[in-house]
Amino acid sequence: MSDGNIKRSGAKAPETSTESGPVLRLDHLNISVNTEDGLRPLVHDLSFDLHRGETLAIAGESGSGKSLTSLAIMGLLPPPAVRVTGGSIHFGEQELTTLGESALRQIRGNRIAMIFQEPMTSLNPVMKIGTQLAEAICAHESISFKDARARALAALKSVRLSEPEKRLNQFPHELSGGMRQRVMIAMALALKPDILIADEPTTALDVTVQREVLDLLRDLQREMGTALILITHDMGVVAEMADRVLVMKGGHFVEENDVVSLFSQPREAYTRDLLNAVPCLGDGLASASANKPNEDPYVAELENVVVRFNVRSGILGRVTHRVHAVENVSLNIRKGEIFSLVGESGCGKSTIAKAMVGLVKHSGRIRINGIDISPPYGTIDNQVRREIQMVFQDPMASLDPRMRVGELVREPLVIHGVGSVAEQKRRVEYLFERVGLSRDQIERYPHEFSGGQRQRICIARALALNPKLIIADESVSALDVTVQAKVLVLLKELVSDLGVSFLFISHDMAVVENISDRVAVMYLGQIVEMGSCQQIFGTPRHSYTRRLISAVPTADPTRERQTLARLVGDVPSPVRLISETVPHVTLENAGNGHMIAIE
Amino acid sequence: MIGFFLRRVIQSLLILLGVSLITFVLLYWLPADPVRQIAGRSATAQTVENIRQQLGLDQPLWVQYWRYLTGLVQGDLGRSYLQKTEVSTLIASRLPASLLLMAGAIFAELLIGLSMGVIAALRRGTATDQSLMIVSFIGVSAPQFVVGLLLLYVFAVQLGWFPIGGYGTFAHLVLPSMTLGILGSGWYSRMMRSSMIEVLRQDYVRTARAKGLTRLRVIFRHALPNAILPIIAMIGIDIGIFMGGIVVVESVFGWPGIGQLAWQAIQRVDIPIIMGVTLVSAAAIVIGNLLADLISLLVDPRIRTR
Repeated sequence: MSDGNIKRSGAKAPETSTESGPVLRLDHLNISVNTEDGLRPLVHDLSFDLHRGETLAIAGESGSGKSLTSLAIMGLLPPPAVRVTGGSIHFGEQELTTLGESALRQIRGNRIAMIFQEPMTSLNPVMKIGTQLAEAICAHESISFKDARARALAALKSVRLSEPEKRLNQFPHELSGGMRQRVMIAMALALKPDILIADEPTTALDVTVQREVLDLLRDLQREMGTALILITHDMGVVAEMADRVLVMKGGHFVEENDVVSLFSQPREAYTRDLLNAVPCLGDGLASASANKPNEDPYVAELENVVVRFNVRSGILGRVTHRVHAVENVSLNIRKGEIFSLVGESGCGKSTIAKAMVGLVKHSGRIRINGIDISPPYGTIDNQVRREIQMVFQDPMASLDPRMRVGELVREPLVIHGVGSVAEQKRRVEYLFERVGLSRDQIERYPHEFSGGQRQRICIARALALNPKLIIADESVSALDVTVQAKVLVLLKELVSDLGVSFLFISHDMAVVENISDRVAVMYLGQIVEMGSCQQIFGTPRHSYTRRLISAVPTADPTRERQTLARLVGDVPSPVRLISETVPHVTLENAGNGHMIAIE
Repeated sequence: MIGFFLRRVIQSLLILLGVSLITFVLLYWLPADPVRQIAGRSATAQTVENIRQQLGLDQPLWVQYWRYLTGLVQGDLGRSYLQKTEVSTLIASRLPASLLLMAGAIFAELLIGLSMGVIAALRRGTATDQSLMIVSFIGVSAPQFVVGLLLLYVFAVQLGWFPIGGYGTFAHLVLPSMTLGILGSGWYSRMMRSSMIEVLRQDYVRTARAKGLTRLRVIFRHALPNAILPIIAMIGIDIGIFMGGIVVVESVFGWPGIGQLAWQAIQRVDIPIIMGVTLVSAAAIVIGNLLADLISLLVDPRIRTR
């Protein structure tokens, strides 16, 4: 399907149907939370119209109030603290903010349906898929449970779920994230609602799965003429899906426009910042082209590294299966280099990081700064630990909430007995300034900082021992784009100023392209393509690399997207019977260090 | 799944073996001499020695234990020193009463505890929640003999609704079950409350509401089955706590169960009965836990596939 053209023409649809009036109208909506200090407003004076069949994207960073707005429309604001304190929500003739619970229930799921961000937790774990679907239908139509199940089956077929009959009798944990999100969509659309609210529907999914789910949503919406409110922080998704865009910040309306105009001529400064901060595929190529051939020494050398986990089962608990997390991975990271590992969830990229710091057992050779840490001869001692540090995904979870941040940054120095207390404190002050924080923040606690600042603290802590290599495992994934852009700049500065190397692990192709010198693409525990950033993104050779790159939504509404072969099913499992052998991928040099797996 | 169950059965048998060994050793080291109790104060040293030989108590510890164990696998729990009856017969005549009491107590504590917990969770932060939690706190902290006597005084002596003691009809069962159940219901209401609060916060409860289901359906079909999962494992552990409580409660209400049997046996150092009751109680706890695991397996599909 050539989506690009059809979508643009589809954007005109609401103009022809405006005579019938908007299907949803928000008028000066205010939402506030009751705190000990009185009412605190969360959403201010928000007004917008939604027309039949159109897609309105509400874009904004965390805390912008976009999710609260959608919950207010559904009448699902968390009681009693958060409530609508002014304005109105008109759904056709009905005013939703004053509607009673039972009248609201008639609308929920029936006229206005919603799908959520987390498909893994959005379905009841102890109830069969078929029952959960049928129950939603039975709640609004007086049909027998048997008929409802038949409708449920039809709904599962419409979301292109494989083996729909079997799925009815399965429980949520037997399905992958992408499959669960399809079930959620089937549930939401089974009753052909007037409005579908999708709150970050693909944020938790891998990029190729995201592509499938977005395609599905758009196809179904077009078939049914449902109006779609798409809530997202991802400007790429906005560009691909939306007819109109509404930008929010801190609970305030920023601007609203049709998608092409908003991307080409943003009126507000914030919208410009937001668009500029979005890492786009293609941006990195120009800046990376200055790369010279690198002759610096290696800080990490991996040679045929294998990590497998045993799965025990049966009465005697014998090993029957193995998870082949990492298979025969060889790579080298040079001093002052940003090396990225990219791949979808379960591909083994984090396991490599764990093997490098000795958190999982491996076979093969790993040398850190020339020191062998692999069994049976090598071990990780404190000398090696000083050379290699980690920064994790969730900065709040990786900082002890009861310690002052200065102590947290100083702790590695204390553990390794580096310098006197006064010297350590001077080092902490230096590190704080180095990562862009100020000295007077040293005595504060982690909860007093924003997400981006917390990640800076984690980076400062990783730098404390002057390591040769920092492993950044999805370190910017949890950050808002504008914050993410600044942290990426900091990482690049650290490389050029301090000569530290990074192993950057990410699922985000655009971020990887933006920051990396060299990239390795992983699939099912093995590297399928490895090379310089230009090689991977400029001339990708392996089919999986191409699929990953083409699946990334582009933040350009005018660009016509190449069609992607629809994938059937999910990534195969890395769990194999113990008797099975793993087909090893052989890498071939295609010139200039561009390694490609032979297909 | 069958493999999992078989593994648990084997584990349980090993636990029982361990219990028998530890109890046997502890009783062997007991400073009180059972032979003196049997022979009486006026017995000569010769008589005492004869009885000791007759009962095999002059043998070394491991010989005695081996003999007990070989009897045990044939279902022979030995004879009571004083009553000269088979221990298995004694326990068999008392066990049904105790099991009935336990069933009543579990029913009472679940009924009171779970409903209190659910209501408190749904009315979280209100006066209802707070008063229910105060009640549960009292339930947890009051000693059982006090609760038992209090219930007896109010409902049997003053109001005359239930008999003062004894065994036979449903009315006899109510007060002892309540006495045992009140302690447990305090624990259960607290656990149920926090489990329910946790579940009500989950995404799938929000999904259920977004579907337009009624409040009752959201609570009973979606929240409750999930909230009850951690409670099931508790019930298995609970049987062990009951075994302690039963000794007290059976004495207070004159309930002819194994608690009373144990109490009398301890006073008279009747070692075979003490051993028998301990093993039967241990078996009850082990079976209770096994059942709890089995129920979890049936209710939670996620464990089933593992």
